[in-house]
Amino acid sequence: MEQFTGKVWVLGDDIDTDIIIPTEYLALKTIDHMKQYGFSPLRPELAAMIKKGDIIVAGRNFGCGSSREQAPEVIKALGIRCIIAKSFARIFFRNSINNGLLLMEQPDLYDDIKEGQEITVTVNQDISYQGKSYKVSSLPDNLVEIIHAGGLVKAMRKRNGLD
Amino acid sequence: MGQTIIEKIISRNTGKPCVAPGDIVTVSADRVMLDDIMIPFIVDKFQEMGFDRVWDPDKVVLIYDHLVPPSQLDDIRHYKAGDEFAKKYGIRHIHRSDGICHQLMTEAGYVKPGDVVFGTDSHTTTYGCVGACSTGIGYTEMASILGTGSLWVKVPETIKIIIEGTLKEDVMSKDIILRIIGDLGADGATYKSLEFCGSTVEAMSISSRMTMANMAIEAGAKCALFTPDEKTARYCQTELNPFQKSLSGDADAVYCRTLTYRAEEFVRVMACPSQVDKICEVSRLEGTVIDQVFIGSCTNGRLEDLKMAAKVLEGKKVSPYVKLIVTPASRKVYEEAMACGALKTLASAGAIITHPGCGLCCGRTGGILCDGERVVATNNRNFLGRMGTSKVEIYLASPATAAACAAAGKIV
Amino acid sequence: MGMTIAEKIIALAAGADKVKAGDIHTVTLDRMMSNDGTTHLTVDMYHNQLKHPRIADPKKMVFIVDHNVPSDSPKTAASQKKMRDFAREHDIDFWEGQGVCHQIMMEHYVCPGELIFGADSHTCTYGALGAFGTGVGCTDLLYGMVTGTSWVLVPETVKFHLTGKLPQGVYPRDLMLTIIGTIGASGANYQVMEFCGDGVQTLSVNDRMVLCNLAVEAGAKTAVFEADEIALAWLEERGRKPKAVFKSDEDAVYAGEYTFDLSKIQPVAAKPDFVDHVVPAKEVCGVKIDEAFLGSCNNGRIDELRVGAAIVKDRRVSDHVRFLVVPASNEVYLQAMEEGLIDIFMKSGAIIMNPNCSVCWGSCQGVIGEHEVLISTGTRNFKGRAGHPSSKVYLASAATVAASAVRGEICTADML
Repeated sequence: MEQFTGKVWVLGDDIDTDIIIPTEYLALKTIDHMKQYGFSPLRPELAAMIKKGDIIVAGRNFGCGSSREQAPEVIKALGIRCIIAKSFARIFFRNSINNGLLLMEQPDLYDDIKEGQEITVTVNQDISYQGKSYKVSSLPDNLVEIIHAGGLVKAMRKRNGLD
Repeated sequence: MGQTIIEKIISRNTGKPCVAPGDIVTVSADRVMLDDIMIPFIVDKFQEMGFDRVWDPDKVVLIYDHLVPPSQLDDIRHYKAGDEFAKKYGIRHIHRSDGICHQLMTEAGYVKPGDVVFGTDSHTTTYGCVGACSTGIGYTEMASILGTGSLWVKVPETIKIIIEGTLKEDVMSKDIILRIIGDLGADGATYKSLEFCGSTVEAMSISSRMTMANMAIEAGAKCALFTPDEKTARYCQTELNPFQKSLSGDADAVYCRTLTYRAEEFVRVMACPSQVDKICEVSRLEGTVIDQVFIGSCTNGRLEDLKMAAKVLEGKKVSPYVKLIVTPASRKVYEEAMACGALKTLASAGAIITHPGCGLCCGRTGGILCDGERVVATNNRNFLGRMGTSKVEIYLASPATAAACAAAGKIV
Repeated sequence: MGMTIAEKIIALAAGADKVKAGDIHTVTLDRMMSNDGTTHLTVDMYHNQLKHPRIADPKKMVFIVDHNVPSDSPKTAASQKKMRDFAREHDIDFWEGQGVCHQIMMEHYVCPGELIFGADSHTCTYGALGAFGTGVGCTDLLYGMVTGTSWVLVPETVKFHLTGKLPQGVYPRDLMLTIIGTIGASGANYQVMEFCGDGVQTLSVNDRMVLCNLAVEAGAKTAVFEADEIALAWLEERGRKPKAVFKSDEDAVYAGEYTFDLSKIQPVAAKPDFVDHVVPAKEVCGVKIDEAFLGSCNNGRIDELRVGAAIVKDRRVSDHVRFLVVPASNEVYLQAMEEGLIDIFMKSGAIIMNPNCSVCWGSCQGVIGEHEVLISTGTRNFKGRAGHPSSKVYLASAATVAASAVRGEICTADML
């Protein structure tokens, strides 16, 4: 079972896609050009502080708003290993899976956790924080397939006989 | 057992006798819409996936709207990527400066009742106004549809919303949808379909329905459907076939929730900074001083919206030191608003009339605000930083309310 | 020895009987205009550099937001807010999004005989009404704002004798570009270009604005026409009265004299990257374009919109060209709408922008990308002016621009 430990950044409810990456920067050439502006309307300092392997914990409706796939791509490029939220907006959820960004729905962790703490995630099983275990459910099979392929692009490459 | 509208559309599309919420099925796209911001990313993913042809070029529509007119040097790169892709794969439907994607998709007849449509913009839910199942997706999924013509979806549950009666004169469909979003919450319809019915909805124009379907995403909805009727048929310049005529919720269909409203009870409302579901009656915000008013967007930039604004501003002037920006949703809307005198009235009042596009609503250009400024806007989102800095306050309202605020220089 | 029109205007403003080229005089300014290009800097200096500042006469001040409107960024919005707040606090006339500054000034303020400073180089436009308008920096403007006065070095005047009438299909813009091409980009450095001769009678106030506006591209301090019957009738229609109507004396001294026969002028274009790089338009025909711009304080008035609309009527703009049509003011826009011109442009596929400086200034809407080519009725074609440093700008008349937009490559209207 895949397991990892990471430092937590805590964000609130309704973290929308304009907060994750404002429209102003959407037409920059690459995700690497964009990522420094991640979360800038809410916490301009955050993007520079996130380290590879960090984890975001948030409240309800994470990723609501636009269909911009730059949102999960920017988060992934910043080094975030996974996002644990009470709930996710639909398009953001699909976009994340398609890019291999791990998302987990967990109703209670957000209410208990403090920013800067470490948690240990066991994929498809639970999250461990200060000795307490928070259960997470596993993903539907069709999504597992996409993730196993390494994202939708790789799944399509396979279909087209390229990999 | 009966079916909801979305279940009927997906059943028909997949050739199954019936589908139920939670089923994961693969649907065929009847039409897809690609907008200019996403095009270079779609092209990259399409190539990376290794496709050598577009499944059906005639089902693909390219629309340049977020970046028109170009305001940053990089914008041009997006047009070039679109032009090259269209040329290489034989895509004929391309609009370079004709207006906002969602307005064009319905207005130009690309979407018919009962169609399944995907677009790389979250407000693709708009086409539910003519009874199409339409929803926003990311660029990776769009690339895969361009290659395969299909996409997996989870059949959503449906929330039924019944509205009966006659609206008060100053209340517009924007007030209704804002109130509903307030009641549902910004995630109240996540992964669900909304289905509107009742005498109020039946009496509404397609434009008014469009405003409501457009904003359904702000409650998290996957799509928002209206039953196609004679008005729909006229708007789509088609005759409804038996399938299209059947697109209403069956009496014994299963709904996960039903909301019932009396039209008379709706009042003018605004969504207050910075959540779309933070709804407040206009009467409780009266007197709040404003710096700018925006009337436009795929939510409220249509002829009836501009006519309403013109009616409110007839013979009046925009309040001194307040800027009123009016952006018709499409070239056709612009022409019609000009022909009926609405643009003349608005420009005479001092409005700044801009070319159809998404600029200000999506925060690219066309009236961006700074710290400490307050705007009343008819578009769909008031997120932090959406139209400028995070210290800009955005109030969302109907065109009637927005126009009145422009004349008064404050919320009225 | 007599005086020229410019000298007489300065003498009046200086309270002197007589001035001559080379004198330095303190003058009382009749009006000052500042736009969103630099007003925020003036306001900052006003607050930070001066002790107990006050404005000499707020009624002489006009603030106009036209360069970046509606604003394209929070930074722009903040500088415009500073300007708006200052205007409001000091009761200064304030215009936002209602037109390009020089057009607003001509429509609402400029009177013959006035001496006007504007914090914009194309302030020389006001000579079309027999006023002395000249561009200054924001420090000069600040000094004028707080004292009501300034100093001027009386410039020499060069006479441009115009004879005859422009042929059909040839426009004042072709004439002025030809003049600049002839005398060079510094051909009238620090001088006044005075237009006279029987050819002047064939030019409307609109036409004269086109000529005066571009004078700065020949290095001139300003340009001026005598406020004749045509100018005075135009002024009266707008309910304004002249401050003073001057003619140049017969024995006035000129630093030079040129004669241009209007009937010999042909459509021309200024090639990249200099305004004086003028060639017959036919020589650049065939150059593929990406964008065409009809607008600006030089060429965005009703006359030019009529010319452009007549050409695109019942035609389509080339698929691969962005054709930006930008009326010079809200008044022009409303008039063009009334005449059905906006409808013609819309149906042709053009992009109709709100009155502003647009791509002529190159920083807001309509920028051109890497290696792109623009044909423009704007004022300048300097390297990178309209966007990417590798882009190219050709200047031409409204007719040539509109015809090129349809063809997708540079061509003159008679070739369509």
